[in-house]
Amino acid sequence: MPGKLKAKIVAGRHLPVMDRASDLTDAFVEVKFGNTTFKTDVCPKSLNPQWNSEWFKFEVDDEDLQDEPLQITVLDHDTYSANDAIGKVYIDIDPLLCSEAASVISGWFPIYDTIHGIRGEINVLVKVELFNDLNRFRQSSCGVKFFCTTSIPRCYHVATVHGFVEELVVNEDPEYQWIDRIRTPRASNEARQRLISLMSGELQRKIGLKVLEMGGNAVVGYLQCFDLEGESGLVVRAIGTACTLDKLSSGSVSNTNTNTHVALPSSSPPPFTPSKPCSRQSSSSDTDLSLTPKTGMGSGGSAGKEAGPLKMLLRQQTQTALEQREFPFFTLTSFPAGFLVHAGGVVSARSVKLLDRIHNPDEPETRDAWWEEIRQEIKSHAKALGCHAVVGYSESTSICEEVCILSASGTAAILNPRYMREGCLDFGNTDHSCGFCHIPYDELNMPFPAQLTLCQHCRQQKVPDVLFTTIDLPPEAAVTGKGCFVQARLCRLKKKAQGEVNATAISNLLPFMEYELHTQLMNKLKLHSMNALFGLHIQISVGENMLLGLASATGVYLTALPAPGGIQIAGKAPIDLSNEHHIFTIQKRINDTIAKNKELYQINPPELTEEVIGSPIPEPRQRSRLFRSHSESSDELSELDLSHGKKDAFVLELDDTDALEDIHSLLTDAPPPNGFFSCNTEIMPGIYKWTSAVQMFTSVRVFRLSNVNLTNQGLNKIFTDLCEDLLKSFYFKLRSLIPCCLCHLNFTVAVPEEELIQVAVTAVAMSYDKEQTHEKPVDKLIIRGNSETEEQLQFPMELCADSSSVNMQTSKFSGSIPASIDYGSFADRCTTWLELLRLKAHTIRRGSVKTSRTTHSLGRSRSLRSNCSFGGSTVTVVKMTPLSFLPGTRIIKYLGIINMFFIRETTSLREEGGVSGFLHSFIAEVFAMVRAHVAALGGNAVVSYSMKECVLMENPNKNQAQCLINVSGDAVICVLDTDQEVTPTPTTVTQTCGIGAEGTA
Amino acid sequence: MSVELDVFVGNTTIMDEEVYQLWLDGYTVNDAVKVRMEGGVLEECEASADVLLSDTMDQYRTFQMCERLLHSPAKLANQLLFQIPPHRQVVLIERYYTFDDAFVREVLGKKLSKGTKKDLDDVSAKTNVTLKSCRRQFDNFKRVFKVVEELKGPLVENIRQHFLLSDKLARDYAAIVFFANNRFETGKRKLQYLTFQDFAFCAGQLINNWTVGAVDNMVEDMDVDLDKEFLQELKELKILITDKDLLDQHKSLVCTALRGKTKAFNEMEANFKVRIKSHGHHILHVLAHLLAHGHFIEPCRSDRWTTADMRLYLTHYTNSAHILDTFKHQVVWDRYMGVVKSCIFKMYHD
Repeated sequence: MPGKLKAKIVAGRHLPVMDRASDLTDAFVEVKFGNTTFKTDVCPKSLNPQWNSEWFKFEVDDEDLQDEPLQITVLDHDTYSANDAIGKVYIDIDPLLCSEAASVISGWFPIYDTIHGIRGEINVLVKVELFNDLNRFRQSSCGVKFFCTTSIPRCYHVATVHGFVEELVVNEDPEYQWIDRIRTPRASNEARQRLISLMSGELQRKIGLKVLEMGGNAVVGYLQCFDLEGESGLVVRAIGTACTLDKLSSGSVSNTNTNTHVALPSSSPPPFTPSKPCSRQSSSSDTDLSLTPKTGMGSGGSAGKEAGPLKMLLRQQTQTALEQREFPFFTLTSFPAGFLVHAGGVVSARSVKLLDRIHNPDEPETRDAWWEEIRQEIKSHAKALGCHAVVGYSESTSICEEVCILSASGTAAILNPRYMREGCLDFGNTDHSCGFCHIPYDELNMPFPAQLTLCQHCRQQKVPDVLFTTIDLPPEAAVTGKGCFVQARLCRLKKKAQGEVNATAISNLLPFMEYELHTQLMNKLKLHSMNALFGLHIQISVGENMLLGLASATGVYLTALPAPGGIQIAGKAPIDLSNEHHIFTIQKRINDTIAKNKELYQINPPELTEEVIGSPIPEPRQRSRLFRSHSESSDELSELDLSHGKKDAFVLELDDTDALEDIHSLLTDAPPPNGFFSCNTEIMPGIYKWTSAVQMFTSVRVFRLSNVNLTNQGLNKIFTDLCEDLLKSFYFKLRSLIPCCLCHLNFTVAVPEEELIQVAVTAVAMSYDKEQTHEKPVDKLIIRGNSETEEQLQFPMELCADSSSVNMQTSKFSGSIPASIDYGSFADRCTTWLELLRLKAHTIRRGSVKTSRTTHSLGRSRSLRSNCSFGGSTVTVVKMTPLSFLPGTRIIKYLGIINMFFIRETTSLREEGGVSGFLHSFIAEVFAMVRAHVAALGGNAVVSYSMKECVLMENPNKNQAQCLINVSGDAVICVLDTDQEVTPTPTTVTQTCGIGAEGTA
Repeated sequence: MSVELDVFVGNTTIMDEEVYQLWLDGYTVNDAVKVRMEGGVLEECEASADVLLSDTMDQYRTFQMCERLLHSPAKLANQLLFQIPPHRQVVLIERYYTFDDAFVREVLGKKLSKGTKKDLDDVSAKTNVTLKSCRRQFDNFKRVFKVVEELKGPLVENIRQHFLLSDKLARDYAAIVFFANNRFETGKRKLQYLTFQDFAFCAGQLINNWTVGAVDNMVEDMDVDLDKEFLQELKELKILITDKDLLDQHKSLVCTALRGKTKAFNEMEANFKVRIKSHGHHILHVLAHLLAHGHFIEPCRSDRWTTADMRLYLTHYTNSAHILDTFKHQVVWDRYMGVVKSCIFKMYHD
């Protein structure tokens, strides 16, 4: 009997009226775990019952503790008829099974009903007592920590990264069982919720076992997904990265130095200097420190070639560590310093499958085989890029009827073996601010055509002209200017078909879609004058008559990579005069946009800033310098300049109307309004000093295409507008947070029905200090150059819209005087505009309080007693963010994973305000339930929050709708950065002594 | 082609105070969008009309979902559905319960019944307050009335505690409840010039000095029911008029005190008797008349008394009674005149 679960029902509040006659409720509670059920007494005639029950004790296997949720049902007692259910609370007790997480669950939980939503709240206390079990063949994996966060959790230190873990479980979907024909929607929904809860518990336990087997104690980057395959079943699958984590004792250092770890050989790696001033001397001095043989590091022109042997050596070393692994995949997107050596580029694989019924749920071989196939493909892609590992790895599916697209993607990479296995030689890499950009593959045997140049940063190794990755921007990377959100959108019509024909049609379309998305991304990147993408996520969603493709990423200008050339338009059609003119205007627009974006994102490559130090020269002059610096480049740069010349020939051919449309769609993307930036990664390059103002939000839009005769182009436009409009509406709604950055913008698209496009977005808006001071010396130079124009740069759109011709001129002539006057006036206008805003806000506020004078009553003291009962609010504020951190705070404890699945259904859609009203309240309810669970665990925030699934089905004619939402994240306790005193909540670990998670395997 | 569904939900509930006010004022979504567009919010934020419509719809939905909670504001603080910072909650509640002066003047003193509610469309037409807003305000009055009806203890305090309102707003509601309970008609033509604040002041005076609660603060309805004993005692004051000697004495004392101090004295002297006699009516009439002020304030106004004249007269009128040897009801007199004086001062304006 390895565990005892104890639960106590304290009280309820705000219960709904269940008895119309008395306007009251006779509530009691059933507490169920596994097959055991306890009941409280009936608390008659109260909407705020006090049960204060005894401790209900369940003696169970720890295997069950991991799989089963605690199920609390609140009912209304009825003497004559059946008791009416008010609602339920499912409590995942997994966090209590790990000694380092929560020790007790205590708090108010919303009582949830799948038909009525939240109906009051219930106060519950839950504890677990675990007994030691030394059975080697146990089926449970209590004590393994799970994290959704895709980086090393902030109050831990990583000893070993073991690698990829995956598992999937399948079952029949209760919604499609025969019994569903006779049971109520409520019963069916509850059966489904319960089943999924059970399955994810089981999945987590099985993954935990694998981790223990590998010798780890934690899963980082845990990604769990559901595939609702309809008739053919329900699949719950998960992937993650197994690690051995050590808790940091003081909790004060967040970026750990790995030198201290015991598992490492005595050879200590060189101290890392995360950011080097951007000069060649310092980077070469860095290499001197490292243990690597100095060959190939000399400052000769042949550096790139001689680096070959080093790579080989490195590869051999790591291979021993990685080759033992079936899949050298890592779900992490950011890494301990020195972990990532080189990033090769994005690798992805997709396959189209026809779903068939899962005959035996205990043998989910088919689905396993499918994924195995895809992973093999990814592995071989990575090999082709000369890489032995894949980082930032993720998997997803898209299902429509019986067709299923399986997708996997990641970034091919070479990793430092130090973290894999003890005893490996350490290879301190050259310079971390550019090392990861250096090509991992052989220069003479390139896997794809690419322009290679010498690294702009260290001048020793070769780098590609552009770099696409699925990972986060490494914090030590040298970046010029700010980042920006880049999105490619694509719609492709397909014929309706069945079975094999359909699957073939889809798989034929896929490569074209990938290609077009890629081209769009590349064009947009150039338009932004940037050269690298991070956090790239490509989603392809299948519907009955169309495919949707959405690629989102964060573009940056990596200092190490060469400057991107512009975009040139070339007409292929026989040249007539009007056409030529047309091309000219388009070319002009493109050039303008590039210039504007350069200003907006402050992209001034460092070469010129070196020249400008000391004497801040107005912006336009700098640009003129840029051209000159190219022409008068030194010998050393000659090779580089040649390639510059070559690269300028990034030509878009205008050969038909389609191409024209494509170019137009390129230019329709509006930049974010003044005071806004956006990205989909953890870190926004170029923005520092976040304030603590954080607003996480979820937005869903469904668009109906009622026009039957749609072309690909028309669809594309609709889809693009849909995404753009969403962004615009975020900017508008969040304008009170200006200056602000939308971080971790996560778009998901779906085609829920024919003619419907659904886009769901979760992101966090974080405001930052207007006064930006920069830590990085490199950036300081840039900023010094144009700190005076900072204010103006925030408003470039207005400038350009008003006077694009002026803009053109200033870039041509170096006469900066007229331009600077312009800037000044714009600055003035902007400040007055801000003043106006402020004034307005003020008057509104004043208008709200309509008091003119207060009439104090005479002579009665009783009126002087004032009460402000708001101070006594019992609800803990719980912040949520899709990022792994909250600005201005420090995470002191991880309380466990939050993984919740809810179904909501209505048969009175109109009365609930239509689909929008229905979904609005459901999302609000989901947030409320997440917050309540976190608060009950003793936490005050959720990090790495994500909404994995939002499936909405509606039937307005029948006045019905149903929605499924799956969310996950990490519950944490965080404290303000300013609080020096670390006050970890008194750890009452004594009761819950997990089975030695570290050493059993 | 149309947007079938469009929602935006923040972890911290996003509420724009301007939109909230439009919602409270009963604007439809489309009208609200128009108002916002005219307000220039679009130019400020580089947004389009669609964006504004979508935003307004989102906010309206949020407010509708919140409305249930606003009906019992204490719930707002410990509900879990919306995460609203406390200072925002205060604003939400305060604004929800704020009413239009034009509207309250129409309803003040009427029975808060279904019948009155049915007539709200007339009120709406007359006051230019939308029917939706009228209904909300009326329901607020009724809700507060119902809740405090069953409570013991001071009225203002009860309102403030149950509805988490500011002191000022709680006092206004106390006045509304007081008037509704006592059915003091305020709709008469001669009272038209009085504002709600005038009445609220008078109600405050009456609550503080003439109700049961002024003597005993632990009974039900202590602040809405007038102290019956006191009303009985007031009858004793009739002696000032019925007793000829006393009346003459009082009159001469007042006249002596006032002589030479005001230009209006002559008219005052002429009317004096009438004025004092008017207090001799049945005591409830006095109350009603005080509010109807037809018998006191109206003549003074027609005589063009200044505010100073009025003050002077009432002060001496009150004080002179103290000097009368045979007048034994000094305590009741003070309790009575204290309120009458301050109410008349308040109401004596243009």
